Amino acid sequence: MSILIGADTRVIVQGITGRDGSFHALSMREYGTRVVGGVTPGKGGQDVQGIPVFESVKEAVAETGAEASVIFVPARSATAALREAAEAGLPLVVCITEGIPVLEMLANYHYVRERGVRLIGPNCPGLITPGQAKAGIMPGPIHMPGGVGVISRSGTLTYEVVYNLTRGGLGQSTCVGIGGDPVVGTGYLELLEMFERDPGTRAVVLIGEIGGEEEELAAGYIRSSMSKPVVAFISGRTAPPGKRMGHAGAIISGGKGTAEAKVRAFQQAGVQVADRPDQIPALIRRRLGEP
Amino acid sequence: MKLYEHQARDLLSAAGIPVPPGKVAQSPEEALGAARELGLPVMLKAQVLVGGRGKAGGVKQARTLEEVRARAREILSLRIKEVPVRRLLVVKAADIRREYYLGLTVDRTARKAVAIVSASGGVDIEELAVREPQAILTAHIDPRGPDQAELGRLLARVFPPAQAPAALRTLSALYELFRAKDASLVEINPYAELSDGSLLAVDAKVILDDNGLARHPELEAYRNAEEYSAEETAARAAGLSFVSLEGDIGCIVNGAGLAMATMDQIKLFGGAPANFLDVGGSSSPEKVLTALNILRGNPRLKAILINIFGGITRCDDIARGILIARRQADLRLPLVIRLIGTNQKEGAALLAGEGLTALEDMSEAVRKVLEESRA
Repeated sequence: MSILIGADTRVIVQGITGRDGSFHALSMREYGTRVVGGVTPGKGGQDVQGIPVFESVKEAVAETGAEASVIFVPARSATAALREAAEAGLPLVVCITEGIPVLEMLANYHYVRERGVRLIGPNCPGLITPGQAKAGIMPGPIHMPGGVGVISRSGTLTYEVVYNLTRGGLGQSTCVGIGGDPVVGTGYLELLEMFERDPGTRAVVLIGEIGGEEEELAAGYIRSSMSKPVVAFISGRTAPPGKRMGHAGAIISGGKGTAEAKVRAFQQAGVQVADRPDQIPALIRRRLGEP
Repeated sequence: MKLYEHQARDLLSAAGIPVPPGKVAQSPEEALGAARELGLPVMLKAQVLVGGRGKAGGVKQARTLEEVRARAREILSLRIKEVPVRRLLVVKAADIRREYYLGLTVDRTARKAVAIVSASGGVDIEELAVREPQAILTAHIDPRGPDQAELGRLLARVFPPAQAPAALRTLSALYELFRAKDASLVEINPYAELSDGSLLAVDAKVILDDNGLARHPELEAYRNAEEYSAEETAARAAGLSFVSLEGDIGCIVNGAGLAMATMDQIKLFGGAPANFLDVGGSSSPEKVLTALNILRGNPRLKAILINIFGGITRCDDIARGILIARRQADLRLPLVIRLIGTNQKEGAALLAGEGLTALEDMSEAVRKVLEESRA
C-alpha cells in the first residue's frame, strides 16, 4: 500500500520536450511508472522515445486517461502549466519547478484547491512509491519498498534519509517532497493524515527545516491525532537569522522559524528528533519495538 | 531582498503614502546641507539592514546645525551589529502624538496575504507579538483582491473615526505596493499621528521576494552590494546559493536541505562551518570549479568538505569539476569528498585516477574533514 501514486497511476509530463522534462520522463518510465504522455504546446504529435507528446493537458487526458501530471516547465510558465493541469481535472499535480514568486503561488494555491486538485510542490523533488512508481526526480535505486512514509521539504536531504533507511533495512511506503518554498500545495498535516490512514505505512519520518511554523503545527497534529510513530529531523540548526538558506522558505525571521523551536515542539509532542540523518533508522526501530 | 529605509520610503512615497520630507547623506557635510534644506529640527537615521539600530544609537534628533554635524559624525562612525554605517537618512522631525503599526506579509499556513495593524506602534512588532499578542489585529486578504469593507472594519478597531479613512487609503496603497512589487513584507512602523491629526509613515521596511525580482528589473537597482560579502556576490553571479558564516570548514553541497544538514553535522561533531553553499540541481563541472574558487578566497579556511548526493546532479560531473579546479590552481587546503548517488562509480573512478578518495558515508566525511582541519 501507499499514498497518492501506485503502479497503476497514469502519469503525463508537462514540458516533456525540455532537457529536464525528457530526461526525467524517461527515468520515471524506466523506474516502472506508467508514463502515458507528455505536453509541450507546439510539439503535439511528436514523441519522446515512444512517449506521445500532446498540444494540451486536456488533449493528453482525453487520449490517455492520465490521472497525474509532473510539471517541468520554467518558473515563468509554471502558473500557466499549473492552471492548465487543474482545469483539465487531473486529481494530482506535481510541480518540480523552482523560483515561482510567492504571491503568484498564493493565487495558484487557491485556484487549484477550488478545482479539487491535489498539488505537490512547487520547488520539490516529487514523490515515489518504491517498487511501483515515481513522479519526480529522485534517484530510484536508493529506495526500497516497505512501511516507512517519508515527508520532507527538501530534495537531496530526503535522499540522504532514504539512503539511510534502506541501508538500515527499512523500506518506504511513499516518499513525498512537499517543496522548499514558503507556500506549497500540500503541507505536512494532510500527508500525515494520509499516512495515518494508509495500512501500508507503519511509521513516518518527517524532515523539516528552518522557516515558517508548519513543523510546529505538525507536532500538534501528531500529538493529538497520530497513532503511528513519527521520527523527525530538522535542518538549519546552524543557520544565521535573516539569511535565506537556499530554499526560499528557509529563513529565520523575527525570531520565528528557528530550528530550536521546531525541535522543542516535536519533543513536547513525544516525537523523537534525530541529531543526524544516520540516527533515524535506529530511532524508528526503537519506536516500532524492533531490535 | 531587504531594502534600506530610504529605498522603502521612496517606494511608499511613489505609491502615494505620505512620508516625511527627507534626504540621504553620506557625510556630516551632506547631512548639514540636507538639514538646511529641510529645516530644523531633524532626525538622523542610520541606514542599515540589521535591526536594533535605535538601541545601538543609530537614530538621533538634532535641533541645531552644530548638533547635526556632531550627531551625523557619531552615527557615521558607528558599527551596528558589525555593519558599518555608510549612509544616513535625514528627515524633518515630526511632532508625533501617537504611534500605530501597519504591515502586510504572507501567512504561509493560511496561504494568504495578511494585514497586520496595531495601536501600539513604534516598538518591535515581533517583541510585541510575544509580550502583548492581543495588541495586534490581523485580517487575511482574499486572494482575488482585498475587501475594502473588511479592511475598514479592521482599522476602525484601532484608529479613531477621524483617522480611519486616511489609514484605509494608506493600507490599500500599501497592499497595492506589496502586490505590484512581489514583496514578502511591507511595514510602516511607526505610522504616526501628528499633532495636527494627519498620519505619516515615519519609518518603512520592505522585503522583496527574491523569486519575484526577475519580473521587476527596475528593483534590481535597489540591490545593496555592500550588504553582501565578496564571496556572496561572486556566488550569486555564478548562480550558486551562498551564505558566509564564521567557521573554518568550507562546504560545497548540492541541495539546500542537505547543505544545512551538513553545516549542522559539522557543528554537532565540534567544528564550525565557514559557509552555506548549494551548487544546485544539475551541477556542471564549471559550477564546482566556481564554488571551489569562491571558497579559496577565504583566509580562515582550514579544510573543505564536498558533500554530494547525486540525483539530477551527476557524481562524475562533480568529480570533473574538482579535477579541473585542482589543475587550474594548486589547492593546498585539505579536501574531503563524499560522493553518492547518480554515476557514483564513474565519479569515484575519475577521482581515484588522480589519487583522490571519495567517501560514501556523510558522518565519516564530516569526521574526516574535522580531523584534517586540525592536522
